[in-house]
Amino acid sequence: MIPARALKLSVTWGLGGMAALLIVLQALTGILLRFVYQPFPGKAYDSIVYLKNEIFFGDLVRNIHHWSGTFLVLIVFLHLLRVYFTGAYHGKRQFNWVLGIFLLIFVVFSNFTGYLLPWDQLAYWAITVSTSMLSYIPFIGDSLVEMVRGGSEVGASTLLIFNNFHTGILPLLIVAIMGFHFWRVRKAGGVAIPESESAEENKIATTIPNLVLREFVVALILIAVILVFAILFDAPLLNKANPAFSPNPAKAPWYFEGVQELMMHFHPLFAAIIIPLMVIIILIFLPYLKYDSMISGVWFLSEKGKKTSKISALIGLAVTPPLILFDEYFMDVSAKFASLPPEISNGLIPFTLILLLLVGFYQFVKRKYKTNKAETIQALFVLILVVFIVLTLTSIIFRGKGMALVLPWN
Amino acid sequence: MTKSKKNKIVSESQPESRRNFLNKVWKGLGILAGIEVLGISLNFLLHSSGKEKGLASYVIAGNVDDFKPNSVTPFRSGRFYISRLSDGGFLAMSLKCTHLGCSVGWNESENKFVCPCHSSSFEINGNVTSAPAPRALDLLPLIIENGIVKVNTKAPTKRQRFSSSQVTYIES
Repeated sequence: MIPARALKLSVTWGLGGMAALLIVLQALTGILLRFVYQPFPGKAYDSIVYLKNEIFFGDLVRNIHHWSGTFLVLIVFLHLLRVYFTGAYHGKRQFNWVLGIFLLIFVVFSNFTGYLLPWDQLAYWAITVSTSMLSYIPFIGDSLVEMVRGGSEVGASTLLIFNNFHTGILPLLIVAIMGFHFWRVRKAGGVAIPESESAEENKIATTIPNLVLREFVVALILIAVILVFAILFDAPLLNKANPAFSPNPAKAPWYFEGVQELMMHFHPLFAAIIIPLMVIIILIFLPYLKYDSMISGVWFLSEKGKKTSKISALIGLAVTPPLILFDEYFMDVSAKFASLPPEISNGLIPFTLILLLLVGFYQFVKRKYKTNKAETIQALFVLILVVFIVLTLTSIIFRGKGMALVLPWN
Repeated sequence: MTKSKKNKIVSESQPESRRNFLNKVWKGLGILAGIEVLGISLNFLLHSSGKEKGLASYVIAGNVDDFKPNSVTPFRSGRFYISRLSDGGFLAMSLKCTHLGCSVGWNESENKFVCPCHSSSFEINGNVTSAPAPRALDLLPLIIENGIVKVNTKAPTKRQRFSSSQVTYIES
């Protein structure tokens, strides 16, 4: 039995259900792929070629696995946005938000470990570049990289480690936490909807068939979309990995390209370590901040919340591209402070500047629009979100040879 | 009331302190077992790291006359370059970019190493000419024995920038 109002599509957009379905798809196709794939540098690439050419529907199963994985990262992220913007993280839902963040992290790492397995040029260099980012952690960075790779370079041990995480540890963790996540949703009394006194609005509906039917329709549509993608667009497979030649450009997996774009502007210690770590920690603690209002189930909290979110998004859209261009072509900070170490001249100084700008933005929204704390934090959240999306798209679309800014149609 | 009194008496007598002691022993053993499991797991995870180190494996790169002054010779399979500077000195450098580990290429016409990933570039001696690379290309030990150039490919060393002490010359 669930409240009838909770059935409306715009309450959740069915994103949680979609994520669960995609994880099931990943499990099914992954089990099939495991019968063919061989996690050794000499054999991995050839086993994929064999899969594509010799096995009936091998290519399709691989494509479904690829596209489900891509959609999974995207949909889990959208699910996080839905939960955030409907305020579904207060009270009983606090801890479930934390579980959700861990699920997001594990889903991303699932995708990331799977990225290496084809052992082609794309895989090899994306993993080389991404794992190298860890080497900028002070003191322990180098040994951490060696531990992650199982050696000084991406090689046979790396492939074995990644394969083990991709096909063993991470799926187990995800399924276990998923069970916990679902159970907490039930404990919180289902999805978040605004409180109401009227009997008309509090009508109860049966789960079967009402909810199940709706989930089923969403599932069918999603499966159809995945199938269309899997049939039309092949999962990439470049030449076999060659440690001696890096392709130009060598990009990280798409969900890390925001970080890679950040690395074009900040010292790697800040771009790849401090800023992402800060964002994750703040995300985890978001539900535990002291809010003066705890509205759940209303998109963007209020009319004022909607307005300030729109304004924040516009500011983010308007400010980020000029900043990227300005830093790319006009500003050479490290040259200006050549006497300082790059961690400070190209790291701490611009980072502090950005933090001050964010604090200024927070105060501006609070004063100008008289927003409460939840609404002001939401405005900041929107701003950072939009900046992140712009950075990611810039790296995916506008970075060409040697990571120079180019127009994709040229 | 009587019950709690009884308990109090028991807790002051000998058997309870023995129980206390045994509890502590169990906890200690539990922690020890935990550390053992952790150590063994870490050993599994790290089994391959550090194995290559310390083994001096010099490979023969060629005759000194094979390298012209002011030239760069790539050894793709060994993943290193040999630069012969204009004064006749030899330098062996890893082709791993110090920024994020991509393989740098030698650009003959511009006389510099260029990284395809983030367009860092390096001079013939490995010094950074344009960021984001934070330091000069890693150095590999190079020796010249009887006119034959040998490079230890397993022992790259980090350096901030080029200095003349890193160069190996032909003994006259």
